[in-house]
Amino acid sequence: MDSSSFLMQFAQQLINGVSLGSIYALIALGYTMVYGTIKLINFAHGDVYMVGAYIGFFATTVLGLGFLPALLLAMVGAGILGMFIERAAYRPLRNAPKIAVLITAIGVSLFLEYGSMLLVTPQPRTFPAVLSSTPIHIGGLIINSQQVLILGVSLFLMVVLTYVVNYTKLGKAMRAVSFDTDTARLMGIDVDKVISYTFAVGSALAAAAGVLVGVYYNSIDPLMGIMPGLKAFVAAVLGGIGVIPGAMLGGVLMGVIEALVSGFISSTFRDAAAFGILIIILLFKPAGLLGKNIREKV
Amino acid sequence: MTLLKTSKLGIMFGGLRAVSNLNLEISSGELVGLIGPNGAGKTTAFNLLTGVYQPTEGTIEFDGDSIVGLKPYQVTQRGIARTFQNIRLFSDLSVLDNVKIAYHFHVKYGLLETVVRMGRYYPEEEELEHKAIQFLKIFNLDGKKDEIAKNLPYGEQRRLEIARALAAQPKLLLLDEPAAGMNPQETHQLMEMIRWIRKEFDLTILLIEHDMSLVMGVCERIYVLDYGMVIATGTPQEIKNNPKVIEAYLGEEVQ
Amino acid sequence: MRVKAKRDLLSLGACLLLYAIIQLLIEVDVIGQFWVLNIVLIGINIILGVSLNLINGFTGQFSIGHAGFMAVGAYVGAVMTVKLHLPFIVAILAGAAGAGILGFAIGLPTLRLSGDYLAIATLGLGEIIRITILNIPYVGGASGLMGIPRLTNFTWVFFATVFTVFFIKNFINSSHGRACISVRENEIAAEAMGVDTTKYKVMAFTIGAAFAGVAGALFAHYFYIVHPASFTFMKSFDLLTIVVLGGLGSITGSITAAILLTFVSAALAGYPEMRMVIYSLMLIGLMLFRPQGLFGNKEISLKFFNRLKGGSPRDAA
Repeated sequence: MDSSSFLMQFAQQLINGVSLGSIYALIALGYTMVYGTIKLINFAHGDVYMVGAYIGFFATTVLGLGFLPALLLAMVGAGILGMFIERAAYRPLRNAPKIAVLITAIGVSLFLEYGSMLLVTPQPRTFPAVLSSTPIHIGGLIINSQQVLILGVSLFLMVVLTYVVNYTKLGKAMRAVSFDTDTARLMGIDVDKVISYTFAVGSALAAAAGVLVGVYYNSIDPLMGIMPGLKAFVAAVLGGIGVIPGAMLGGVLMGVIEALVSGFISSTFRDAAAFGILIIILLFKPAGLLGKNIREKV
Repeated sequence: MTLLKTSKLGIMFGGLRAVSNLNLEISSGELVGLIGPNGAGKTTAFNLLTGVYQPTEGTIEFDGDSIVGLKPYQVTQRGIARTFQNIRLFSDLSVLDNVKIAYHFHVKYGLLETVVRMGRYYPEEEELEHKAIQFLKIFNLDGKKDEIAKNLPYGEQRRLEIARALAAQPKLLLLDEPAAGMNPQETHQLMEMIRWIRKEFDLTILLIEHDMSLVMGVCERIYVLDYGMVIATGTPQEIKNNPKVIEAYLGEEVQ
Repeated sequence: MRVKAKRDLLSLGACLLLYAIIQLLIEVDVIGQFWVLNIVLIGINIILGVSLNLINGFTGQFSIGHAGFMAVGAYVGAVMTVKLHLPFIVAILAGAAGAGILGFAIGLPTLRLSGDYLAIATLGLGEIIRITILNIPYVGGASGLMGIPRLTNFTWVFFATVFTVFFIKNFINSSHGRACISVRENEIAAEAMGVDTTKYKVMAFTIGAAFAGVAGALFAHYFYIVHPASFTFMKSFDLLTIVVLGGLGSITGSITAAILLTFVSAALAGYPEMRMVIYSLMLIGLMLFRPQGLFGNKEISLKFFNRLKGGSPRDAA
């Protein structure tokens, strides 16, 4: 391979990686926000993403909605589901050992996966082509119009989220709860409500990712959330869990690493590479790329 | 004979010099106090001595050897044991197990003897149990040996923490605010106890304390720390009348 | 205190009696094939649960990559018998050694991490182990390693389980075990009491991994085939569930939970579509009602019953 074609392939993989990565970033945001507020690795988050994809699927096939209405419906539906999960399964365990909540999250995850199998059958569904896919040629590079869409929608949602977190009353409350829950409560913040909204926002973002993936890969199934969910979590840790820009950075990095490994080495090692880099990061910078390392005071 | 000697000991946290140019010299058998206003660097000094923090400059000599660079457990094994400002017991374990753990590194039996329960396992476990109960007796805690540590009243938790530190059989005992949260009567009892254990165990004691009645009552010599530096040293009488110390505690006199 | 030694012999005798009874029932066919399978699975799950409890429950190190060590034991064990034609006991020991050595190599750098960071690192390492195996053609890659002789039977599983439980129980009730527990209770205080916390974390992790290896070797030699898909992080979650459900820091809890979950799994085998839904709801329900696990960190024993009847508490054996 001469150097110019190497560079071309590198650039092409970079493009694929960034669009895949922005999906990881959307899912990772939910993980990081929930972790920031209640210090829970919400293993059911990947399955909320799957439910979002299915809502999008039925909105387009049964209700005949277009892409944007379907996306909105999926986000609202998943948001409500997220709030419900928090209310029913996590809130009663607010003062329980952390590991018990984690097991509950695993239970919720299994319930969503296998409950969906009962409800919509385990067979993969073909997501309707709601948007045309036209390849755009720039030089020798090919950018799919859907990749542009994924990037556009994710960027838009991230900007909105950043605005909400930084400039609204709800955002301030979220940051306060994440910084110190007890003090936030003493300052008159309704902590339960803030946690509930955090779940809603995180779940809505995951649902958006689910619909985008459905549009891009055309295929959805009840177990589709397991691997992306896990990797999005890894992405959140990579960026620094609890840190919102960290989740975005981690997600995009994760996508790029995967695209490069499958493009240049072998796609079977793709997942191993992602985890390998995670472990290296953890060993040398345990709080993640953008996280702050807090030492226990002696 | 000098037991502990630090020279030019210091540590920086980022740009903050938490402790600097700390020169301590403590002889065997002494009972020394380390006082100073909040944030003066007293606990940081303890953390430097016990290996929790690594100094950015200076030396620490204990019993003739340098202990800079050793991990906390190695420092303890060399003979420095400590208590903590905010009590750190093994709170879900029994009172007896708390003391047994401090005795841990004196135990000789190996993994194989443990698993098949042969060789030195039973004799050493019996001896360990016996010794641990002896320690509890001294502190009047033997009646509560099966109680879970976190269920003890506050004063007894403080006592247990000292008992546990002694069970590690140190030459130098560091006490970080042992009287914190105690009423005057409890403080008085504690004072008696500190005097007594020093004699009984042939110990050297360095203690951090805010309660002046305790410090002035038991310590033979006092170091005063402010902004990470020693500003005065001497007998309780000398410290009481030292203008620098008064200034550090009460602020400068208004002209 | 030599009463303790007597008590050990007594429980060993009780185990032999239990073995004789079950073996007899198998011989006369009162316990059929289906139940033998489940008894074997219970034994393997007890080994996995108790060994993971040593890491998570007793030493307080949050590991969720146990399936990876089980996989190493399964594959190393299977290679011993299938490729090298060595006896079964060698396969089990090699499985334990392989997983133990890997556990040591992984534990040494990773156990500097704590809490959720350690959890995600072990989860990642478990996946890396699985993906690596997936890419080794010598052991069959993605299609798995086939043609493993069925050497595991009730006798092997029973004695391996008893050995594991006694090993870990004796370890916990020693100065070494107390050092591990002190790390869980308060790492800073443990270090200040002269406990080399790194050493004991790595020791617990290595022992736990080695027993997962034993379980893996037994598993491989019962089902004729080992497959990378049997050792995903979902399997690690299953094992974590055993530990948490039984109670972190309770060996008898892990044993009870392993038995309970294997039975539930077997009972639901007839309803494949509903099985996981019911299982997951049960999991959520149990955690909501008993977040500290069935036994908390208590052990169930004869003296436990005595205490229930109002007797005085004695120190644990």
